[in-house]
Amino acid sequence: MKGPGGGAAPPVGRRAGIAAAVAARDLRAEARGRVVTNQIVPFAGLVMVTFAFALDREDVLQRAAGGLVWLAATFSLFVLVQRAFAIESADRALDALRVAGVDLGRVYLGKSLALMVQLFALQCVLVPVAIVLYRVRVDAPGAVLLVTTTICATAGLAFVGTLYGGLTVGGAGRETLLPLLVLPVVAPVLIAATRATESAFRSGGAAVSEGWAWVGLLAVFAAAFGIAGTLAFGPLVDE
Amino acid sequence: MLRVVDFRDVVATLDGWPALAGLTCTVERGEIVHVVGPNGAGKSTFLRACAGLVPLRAGAASVLGVDLARDRAGARARVGLLAHANGLYLDLTARENVAFWARATGAADADAGAALAAMGVEGALADRRVGRMSAGERRRTALAVLLARRAELWLLDEPHAGLDAAARDALDATLRRARDAGATVVFASHESERASAVATRTLRIAGGAAA
Repeated sequence: MKGPGGGAAPPVGRRAGIAAAVAARDLRAEARGRVVTNQIVPFAGLVMVTFAFALDREDVLQRAAGGLVWLAATFSLFVLVQRAFAIESADRALDALRVAGVDLGRVYLGKSLALMVQLFALQCVLVPVAIVLYRVRVDAPGAVLLVTTTICATAGLAFVGTLYGGLTVGGAGRETLLPLLVLPVVAPVLIAATRATESAFRSGGAAVSEGWAWVGLLAVFAAAFGIAGTLAFGPLVDE
Repeated sequence: MLRVVDFRDVVATLDGWPALAGLTCTVERGEIVHVVGPNGAGKSTFLRACAGLVPLRAGAASVLGVDLARDRAGARARVGLLAHANGLYLDLTARENVAFWARATGAADADAGAALAAMGVEGALADRRVGRMSAGERRRTALAVLLARRAELWLLDEPHAGLDAAARDALDATLRRARDAGATVVFASHESERASAVATRTLRIAGGAAA
């Protein structure tokens, strides 16, 4: 190992792989803590079951299935974001990254990616639960639409959640502040993902082709928030 | 000799209180400087100002040749600040923490095991989750991070706190080794006797200015 001061390192921000390292670290921490497995999946499952009991009519459940899946995912997002930033604040690691001059835009991308993977994994559980509980059906074209919708929508949710999670980390009342800030912003994702999922489920006679326009909206939202978040995360956290 | 820290009549306020009140001091490359002073003297603020974390109200300050008035964050990648928190990930092992930090700060080829061994974190301890370590073990892991990062200027706030006798000796040896390799070390500590053994110079601060 070279000693300290053994040559000036190139600017940290230009180094590739920081986002991947952050994502891998967050996923490793999740694998150790098993918060998704032991807490969030049961929580989201309970939300789905509760909806089933509350609505209690098969035709209503089939019609509302898309929205219920994404509502459960959105509720779970808040817990996932709290967890993602709890590991940063426990020993002030995010502060240390900032002090070390690490490009926080790349940290944002890495944390968003890890959150996206966890949300996608959650959806892989929630959709089969919806199929069983709400008796919806998905054919091959619907499955393609559903997977694409899930990728775009989880990206949008993850980008928004990570940005606001970074803003509220360490702040007083962050547990209640986060949903207040995030819910209005993710409303377009919730609406578009619900519509696209209804098309995939063919709820209320919807056609699969009708869902793709909503997927386009989800993709634009995710791209816009991904770019804006990458640029804004560093300055916002620095303040 | 290259001047690593050059503060001239620096004024900085924290919540309206003058934490640095006309501080003038220099640190040359290769020095191990022990910053002493009573509580509230401005020792920690001086270290944080060197890391570019404190906006300066007046005076001129440069760190590693970077003018802090123009680019406060410019030297951060080359500076390692270890304050009261260690900045570690509690769910990761010591080895994983050092490897992550090395990769995130552009020293991906650093040998995490060697850095940890230099701080006495070896064997099963290196593969223990940081959240299950004692305070002293965490501190040694955080110092191993600085070593792996190859920081040119080490800024340490009470580095001996929480360490047992063996770890303190290991820390002192690490500071000397870092100095020998070209790094500069500035640390604040209340433990004068211990600090004087490793420091090459003492900087006294009182009321936010050099005493």
